[in-house]
Amino acid sequence: MNRVPLERKVLSENDRIAAELRNRFAEHNILCLNLVSSPGAGKTALLERTLEVFPRDQHVAVLTGDIQTDNDAVRLARFGFPVRQITTGGTCHLDARMIEKALSDWRLEDFDLLFIENVGNLVCPASYDLGEAAKIVVLSVAEGEEKPLKYPAMFHRSELLILNKIDLLPYVPFNLARAHQNAQMVHPGIETIEVSCVTGEGLPEWQRWLENRREASRGSLVES
Amino acid sequence: MHELGIANSVLDAARAEAQLRPSMRLTKIVVRVGDLAGIDPDALSFCFEALVKETDLEPVVLEIERRAQRHRCPRCGNEFVVINYDTTCRACGETMTTFLCGNELELAYLEMEDL
Repeated sequence: MNRVPLERKVLSENDRIAAELRNRFAEHNILCLNLVSSPGAGKTALLERTLEVFPRDQHVAVLTGDIQTDNDAVRLARFGFPVRQITTGGTCHLDARMIEKALSDWRLEDFDLLFIENVGNLVCPASYDLGEAAKIVVLSVAEGEEKPLKYPAMFHRSELLILNKIDLLPYVPFNLARAHQNAQMVHPGIETIEVSCVTGEGLPEWQRWLENRREASRGSLVES
Repeated sequence: MHELGIANSVLDAARAEAQLRPSMRLTKIVVRVGDLAGIDPDALSFCFEALVKETDLEPVVLEIERRAQRHRCPRCGNEFVVINYDTTCRACGETMTTFLCGNELELAYLEMEDL
Protein backbone atom coordinates (compact mmCIF):
# COMPACT_ATOMS: atom_id res chain seq x y z
CA MET A 1 0.00 0.00 0.00
CA ASN A 2 1.39 3.38 -1.02
CA ARG A 3 0.14 6.71 0.15
CA VAL A 4 0.40 9.60 -2.34
CA PRO A 5 0.00 12.93 -0.55
CA LEU A 6 -1.85 15.58 -2.55
CA GLU A 7 -2.72 18.31 -0.02
CA ARG A 8 -4.41 20.67 -2.37
CA LYS A 9 -7.82 22.21 -2.78
CA VAL A 10 -10.43 20.25 -4.68
CA LEU A 11 -11.39 23.41 -6.57
CA SER A 12 -7.81 24.47 -7.26
CA GLU A 13 -8.57 25.07 -10.95
CA ASN A 14 -11.45 27.41 -10.08
CA ASP A 15 -9.29 29.13 -7.46
CA ARG A 16 -6.48 29.61 -9.99
CA ILE A 17 -8.80 31.41 -12.42
CA ALA A 18 -10.36 33.41 -9.57
CA ALA A 19 -6.89 34.56 -8.48
CA GLU A 20 -6.15 35.68 -12.03
CA LEU A 21 -9.43 37.61 -12.14
CA ARG A 22 -8.63 39.21 -8.77
CA ASN A 23 -5.27 40.37 -10.13
CA ARG A 24 -6.90 41.79 -13.25
CA PHE A 25 -9.50 43.63 -11.14
CA ALA A 26 -6.73 45.09 -8.98
CA GLU A 27 -4.74 46.10 -12.03
CA HIS A 28 -7.73 48.03 -13.39
CA ASN A 29 -8.83 49.44 -10.01
CA ILE A 30 -12.11 47.55 -10.14
CA LEU A 31 -14.11 46.77 -7.01
CA CYS A 32 -15.90 43.49 -7.70
CA LEU A 33 -18.83 42.51 -5.46
CA ASN A 34 -20.54 39.11 -5.58
CA LEU A 35 -24.22 39.22 -4.56
CA VAL A 36 -25.59 35.94 -3.22
CA SER A 37 -28.98 34.93 -1.80
CA SER A 38 -31.76 32.41 -2.13
CA PRO A 39 -34.08 32.85 -5.15
CA GLY A 40 -36.39 35.81 -4.72
CA ALA A 41 -34.58 37.54 -1.85
CA GLY A 42 -34.21 40.69 -3.95
CA LYS A 43 -30.72 40.80 -5.49
CA THR A 44 -32.03 42.16 -8.77
CA ALA A 45 -34.30 44.68 -7.04
CA LEU A 46 -31.38 45.90 -4.92
CA LEU A 47 -29.26 46.32 -8.05
CA GLU A 48 -32.11 48.17 -9.79
CA ARG A 49 -32.40 50.60 -6.89
CA THR A 50 -28.61 50.96 -6.83
CA LEU A 51 -28.16 51.59 -10.55
CA GLU A 52 -31.08 54.00 -10.86
CA VAL A 53 -29.38 56.59 -8.66
CA PHE A 54 -25.86 56.20 -10.06
CA PRO A 55 -24.81 59.12 -12.25
CA ARG A 56 -24.50 57.90 -15.83
CA ASP A 57 -20.82 58.74 -15.95
CA GLN A 58 -20.08 56.10 -13.31
CA HIS A 59 -18.09 53.18 -14.65
CA VAL A 60 -20.29 50.38 -13.43
CA ALA A 61 -21.06 47.00 -15.00
CA VAL A 62 -23.15 43.99 -14.01
CA LEU A 63 -22.88 40.27 -14.70
CA THR A 64 -26.03 38.45 -13.75
CA GLY A 65 -26.29 34.68 -13.49
CA ASP A 66 -29.37 32.53 -13.88
CA ILE A 67 -30.11 28.96 -14.74
CA GLN A 68 -32.49 30.10 -17.48
CA THR A 69 -33.88 33.33 -19.03
CA ASP A 70 -32.34 36.76 -19.56
CA ASN A 71 -35.08 38.37 -17.46
CA ASP A 72 -32.69 39.96 -14.95
CA ALA A 73 -30.36 41.36 -17.61
CA VAL A 74 -33.35 42.99 -19.32
CA ARG A 75 -34.45 44.52 -16.01
CA LEU A 76 -30.97 45.83 -15.23
CA ALA A 77 -30.05 47.06 -18.73
CA ARG A 78 -32.74 49.78 -18.47
CA PHE A 79 -30.33 51.99 -16.52
CA GLY A 80 -27.84 52.35 -19.35
CA PHE A 81 -24.89 50.53 -17.78
CA PRO A 82 -23.31 47.48 -19.43
CA VAL A 83 -25.09 44.32 -18.29
CA ARG A 84 -24.43 40.79 -19.39
CA GLN A 85 -26.51 37.72 -18.61
CA ILE A 86 -24.72 34.47 -17.83
CA THR A 87 -27.14 31.60 -18.42
CA THR A 88 -25.72 28.54 -16.71
CA GLY A 89 -28.13 26.08 -18.34
CA GLY A 90 -28.73 24.07 -15.19
CA THR A 91 -25.68 24.77 -13.09
CA CYS A 92 -26.70 26.05 -9.66
CA HIS A 93 -23.85 28.56 -9.20
CA LEU A 94 -21.42 30.74 -11.13
CA ASP A 95 -17.79 29.65 -11.30
CA ALA A 96 -14.67 31.63 -12.08
CA ARG A 97 -14.42 30.33 -15.64
CA MET A 98 -17.91 31.66 -16.45
CA ILE A 99 -16.86 35.10 -15.20
CA GLU A 100 -13.63 34.99 -17.20
CA LYS A 101 -15.57 34.07 -20.34
CA ALA A 102 -18.28 36.70 -19.79
CA LEU A 103 -15.63 39.42 -19.40
CA SER A 104 -13.51 38.29 -22.33
CA ASP A 105 -14.57 41.04 -24.76
CA TRP A 106 -15.13 43.81 -22.22
CA ARG A 107 -12.48 46.48 -21.74
CA LEU A 108 -11.80 46.32 -18.00
CA GLU A 109 -10.23 49.78 -18.08
CA ASP A 110 -13.75 51.11 -18.72
CA PHE A 111 -15.00 50.04 -15.26
CA ASP A 112 -14.27 50.64 -11.62
CA LEU A 113 -17.21 48.77 -10.09
CA LEU A 114 -18.44 45.33 -11.13
CA PHE A 115 -21.45 43.65 -9.59
CA ILE A 116 -21.86 39.93 -10.02
CA GLU A 117 -25.37 38.73 -9.29
CA ASN A 118 -25.01 35.03 -8.54
CA VAL A 119 -27.57 32.30 -9.18
CA GLY A 120 -30.21 32.32 -6.43
CA ASN A 121 -28.97 29.60 -4.09
CA LEU A 122 -27.68 29.82 -0.53
CA VAL A 123 -25.54 26.69 -0.74
CA CYS A 124 -23.40 26.11 -3.82
CA PRO A 125 -22.19 29.65 -4.68
CA ALA A 126 -20.38 29.66 -1.30
CA SER A 127 -17.83 27.16 -2.62
CA TYR A 128 -16.82 29.11 -5.73
CA ASP A 129 -14.47 32.06 -5.53
CA LEU A 130 -15.14 34.42 -8.45
CA GLY A 131 -12.25 36.78 -7.78
CA GLU A 132 -14.54 39.21 -5.95
CA ALA A 133 -13.39 41.62 -3.25
CA ALA A 134 -16.40 40.69 -1.13
CA LYS A 135 -19.52 38.58 -1.08
CA ILE A 136 -22.72 40.33 -0.06
CA VAL A 137 -25.54 38.10 1.14
CA VAL A 138 -29.13 39.30 0.73
CA LEU A 139 -31.73 37.81 3.07
CA SER A 140 -35.38 38.83 2.85
CA VAL A 141 -37.51 38.88 5.98
CA ALA A 142 -40.05 36.59 4.29
CA GLU A 143 -37.52 33.76 4.41
CA GLY A 144 -37.23 33.48 8.19
CA GLU A 145 -34.66 34.51 10.76
CA GLU A 146 -33.08 31.05 11.04
CA LYS A 147 -31.48 31.17 7.58
CA PRO A 148 -27.97 32.15 8.76
CA LEU A 149 -27.93 29.00 10.92
CA LYS A 150 -29.24 26.80 8.12
CA TYR A 151 -26.77 28.11 5.53
CA PRO A 152 -23.77 29.09 7.67
CA ALA A 153 -21.15 28.70 4.93
CA MET A 154 -22.68 31.53 2.92
CA PHE A 155 -23.11 33.89 5.86
CA HIS A 156 -19.63 33.04 7.12
CA ARG A 157 -18.07 34.04 3.80
CA SER A 158 -20.05 37.25 3.29
CA GLU A 159 -18.72 40.62 4.37
CA LEU A 160 -22.12 42.31 4.44
CA LEU A 161 -25.66 41.12 5.13
CA ILE A 162 -28.48 43.04 3.47
CA LEU A 163 -31.74 42.33 5.32
CA ASN A 164 -34.22 43.09 2.57
CA LYS A 165 -37.99 43.60 2.36
CA ILE A 166 -38.25 45.16 5.81
CA ASP A 167 -41.47 46.82 4.60
CA LEU A 168 -43.00 43.34 5.04
CA LEU A 169 -42.11 43.12 8.75
CA PRO A 170 -45.65 43.94 9.92
CA TYR A 171 -47.04 41.07 7.83
CA VAL A 172 -44.63 38.19 8.34
CA PRO A 173 -43.53 36.42 11.51
CA PHE A 174 -39.87 37.45 11.46
CA ASN A 175 -37.82 38.06 14.58
CA LEU A 176 -35.46 40.85 13.55
CA ALA A 177 -33.36 40.73 16.73
CA ARG A 178 -32.98 36.97 16.40
CA ALA A 179 -31.95 37.35 12.74
CA HIS A 180 -29.15 39.72 13.74
CA GLN A 181 -28.15 37.39 16.57
CA ASN A 182 -28.05 34.37 14.24
CA ALA A 183 -25.97 36.22 11.65
CA GLN A 184 -23.50 37.35 14.33
CA MET A 185 -23.33 33.82 15.68
CA VAL A 186 -22.16 32.28 12.39
CA HIS A 187 -20.08 35.32 11.44
CA PRO A 188 -19.00 37.47 14.40
CA GLY A 189 -18.77 41.08 13.30
CA ILE A 190 -20.67 40.74 9.99
CA GLU A 191 -21.95 44.15 8.90
CA THR A 192 -25.71 44.38 8.44
CA ILE A 193 -27.96 46.88 6.69
CA GLU A 194 -31.76 46.69 6.80
CA VAL A 195 -33.35 47.85 3.57
CA SER A 196 -36.59 47.94 1.65
CA CYS A 197 -36.27 48.19 -2.10
CA VAL A 198 -39.97 49.14 -2.19
CA THR A 199 -40.01 52.08 0.25
CA GLY A 200 -36.34 52.96 -0.15
CA GLU A 201 -35.68 52.68 3.59
CA GLY A 202 -32.05 51.84 4.32
CA LEU A 203 -30.90 52.42 0.76
CA PRO A 204 -28.91 55.58 1.65
CA GLU A 205 -27.04 53.50 4.23
CA TRP A 206 -26.29 50.85 1.56
CA GLN A 207 -25.08 53.57 -0.82
CA ARG A 208 -22.80 54.93 1.90
CA TRP A 209 -21.43 51.42 2.53
CA LEU A 210 -20.78 51.04 -1.18
CA GLU A 211 -19.06 54.42 -1.39
CA ASN A 212 -16.89 53.63 1.63
CA ARG A 213 -16.00 50.25 0.17
CA ARG A 214 -15.01 51.91 -3.11
CA GLU A 215 -12.93 54.46 -1.20
CA ALA A 216 -11.27 51.72 0.83
CA SER A 217 -10.56 49.76 -2.31
CA ARG A 218 -8.98 52.79 -4.00
CA GLY A 219 -7.06 53.53 -0.79
CA SER A 220 -5.62 50.05 -0.56
CA LEU A 221 -4.53 50.30 -4.18
CA VAL A 222 -2.73 53.56 -3.53
CA GLU A 223 -1.02 52.07 -0.45
CA SER A 224 0.07 48.96 -2.29
CA MET B 1 -26.57 20.06 -5.35
CA HIS B 2 -23.10 20.98 -6.63
CA GLU B 3 -21.62 17.80 -5.14
CA LEU B 4 -21.61 16.16 -8.58
CA GLY B 5 -19.25 18.86 -9.87
CA ILE B 6 -17.11 18.51 -6.76
CA ALA B 7 -17.00 14.70 -7.14
CA ASN B 8 -15.97 15.19 -10.77
CA SER B 9 -13.12 17.53 -9.77
CA VAL B 10 -11.95 14.98 -7.19
CA LEU B 11 -11.96 12.21 -9.79
CA ASP B 12 -10.17 14.32 -12.41
CA ALA B 13 -7.37 15.16 -9.98
CA ALA B 14 -7.08 11.56 -8.80
CA ARG B 15 -7.08 10.21 -12.34
CA ALA B 16 -4.33 12.62 -13.40
CA GLU B 17 -2.26 11.55 -10.42
CA ALA B 18 -2.88 7.85 -11.06
CA GLN B 19 -1.78 8.18 -14.69
CA LEU B 20 1.64 9.31 -13.47
CA ARG B 21 2.00 5.89 -11.81
CA PRO B 22 1.02 3.31 -14.43
CA SER B 23 2.42 0.41 -12.42
CA MET B 24 -0.03 1.04 -9.62
CA ARG B 25 -3.75 0.82 -9.05
CA LEU B 26 -5.72 3.52 -7.28
CA THR B 27 -7.66 2.08 -4.34
CA LYS B 28 -8.72 5.02 -2.21
CA ILE B 29 -9.14 8.81 -2.44
CA VAL B 30 -9.20 10.74 0.82
CA VAL B 31 -10.91 14.12 0.85
CA ARG B 32 -11.07 16.57 3.75
CA VAL B 33 -14.38 18.41 4.21
CA GLY B 34 -14.86 21.13 6.82
CA ASP B 35 -18.16 21.69 8.61
CA LEU B 36 -18.32 25.10 6.93
CA ALA B 37 -17.44 23.90 3.43
CA GLY B 38 -21.09 23.84 2.37
CA ILE B 39 -20.72 20.25 1.19
CA ASP B 40 -23.03 17.40 2.12
CA PRO B 41 -20.75 14.37 2.61
CA ASP B 42 -23.52 11.85 1.83
CA ALA B 43 -24.35 13.60 -1.43
CA LEU B 44 -20.64 13.75 -2.31
CA SER B 45 -20.26 9.99 -1.70
CA PHE B 46 -23.38 9.24 -3.70
CA CYS B 47 -22.21 11.33 -6.69
CA PHE B 48 -18.73 9.83 -6.48
CA GLU B 49 -20.07 6.28 -6.59
CA ALA B 50 -22.29 7.13 -9.55
CA LEU B 51 -19.33 8.61 -11.47
CA VAL B 52 -16.99 5.68 -10.76
CA LYS B 53 -19.47 2.94 -11.56
CA GLU B 54 -18.53 0.89 -14.62
CA THR B 55 -15.37 2.89 -15.30
CA ASP B 56 -11.74 1.79 -15.25
CA LEU B 57 -11.41 3.31 -11.77
CA GLU B 58 -13.94 0.98 -10.16
CA PRO B 59 -13.80 -0.12 -7.30
CA VAL B 60 -11.93 2.94 -5.97
CA VAL B 61 -13.26 4.13 -2.60
CA LEU B 62 -13.84 7.71 -1.46
CA GLU B 63 -13.08 8.44 2.19
CA ILE B 64 -14.25 11.71 3.68
CA GLU B 65 -12.44 13.15 6.67
CA ARG B 66 -14.64 15.66 8.45
CA ARG B 67 -12.99 18.77 9.90
CA ALA B 68 -14.67 20.65 12.72
CA GLN B 69 -15.00 24.43 12.71
CA ARG B 70 -12.58 25.93 15.25
CA HIS B 71 -12.48 29.43 16.69
CA ARG B 72 -10.15 31.29 19.04
CA CYS B 73 -11.29 33.73 21.69
CA PRO B 74 -9.31 37.00 21.53
CA ARG B 75 -10.20 37.78 25.16
CA CYS B 76 -9.25 34.63 27.05
CA GLY B 77 -7.29 32.72 24.39
CA ASN B 78 -9.59 29.70 24.50
CA GLU B 79 -9.55 27.62 21.32
CA PHE B 80 -12.71 25.63 20.81
CA VAL B 81 -14.77 23.55 18.40
CA VAL B 82 -17.86 25.38 17.20
CA ILE B 83 -20.97 23.33 17.87
CA ASN B 84 -24.22 24.11 16.06
CA TYR B 85 -22.58 27.18 14.51
CA ASP B 86 -22.51 28.95 17.88
CA THR B 87 -19.25 30.91 17.81
CA THR B 88 -19.58 32.32 21.35
CA CYS B 89 -16.62 31.46 23.62
CA ARG B 90 -17.81 28.84 26.10
CA ALA B 91 -15.13 29.82 28.61
CA CYS B 92 -15.80 33.55 28.95
CA GLY B 93 -18.87 34.38 26.85
CA GLU B 94 -17.05 36.61 24.31
CA THR B 95 -19.05 36.75 21.06
CA MET B 96 -16.44 38.28 18.73
CA THR B 97 -14.32 35.16 18.31
CA THR B 98 -11.92 34.51 15.44
CA PHE B 99 -12.33 31.81 12.83
CA LEU B 100 -9.40 29.38 12.68
CA CYS B 101 -10.42 26.54 10.38
CA GLY B 102 -13.35 24.45 9.19
CA ASN B 103 -14.07 25.48 5.60
CA GLU B 104 -11.64 23.02 4.00
CA LEU B 105 -12.45 21.22 0.78
CA GLU B 106 -9.18 19.48 0.07
CA LEU B 107 -7.71 16.43 -1.59
CA ALA B 108 -5.68 14.93 1.25
CA TYR B 109 -4.05 11.84 -0.26
CA LEU B 110 -4.48 8.79 -2.47
CA GLU B 111 -3.87 5.18 -1.60
CA MET B 112 -2.40 3.03 -4.38
CA GLU B 113 -1.24 -0.56 -4.57
CA ASP B 114 1.28 -2.23 -6.86
CA LEU B 115 -0.23 -4.12 -9.76
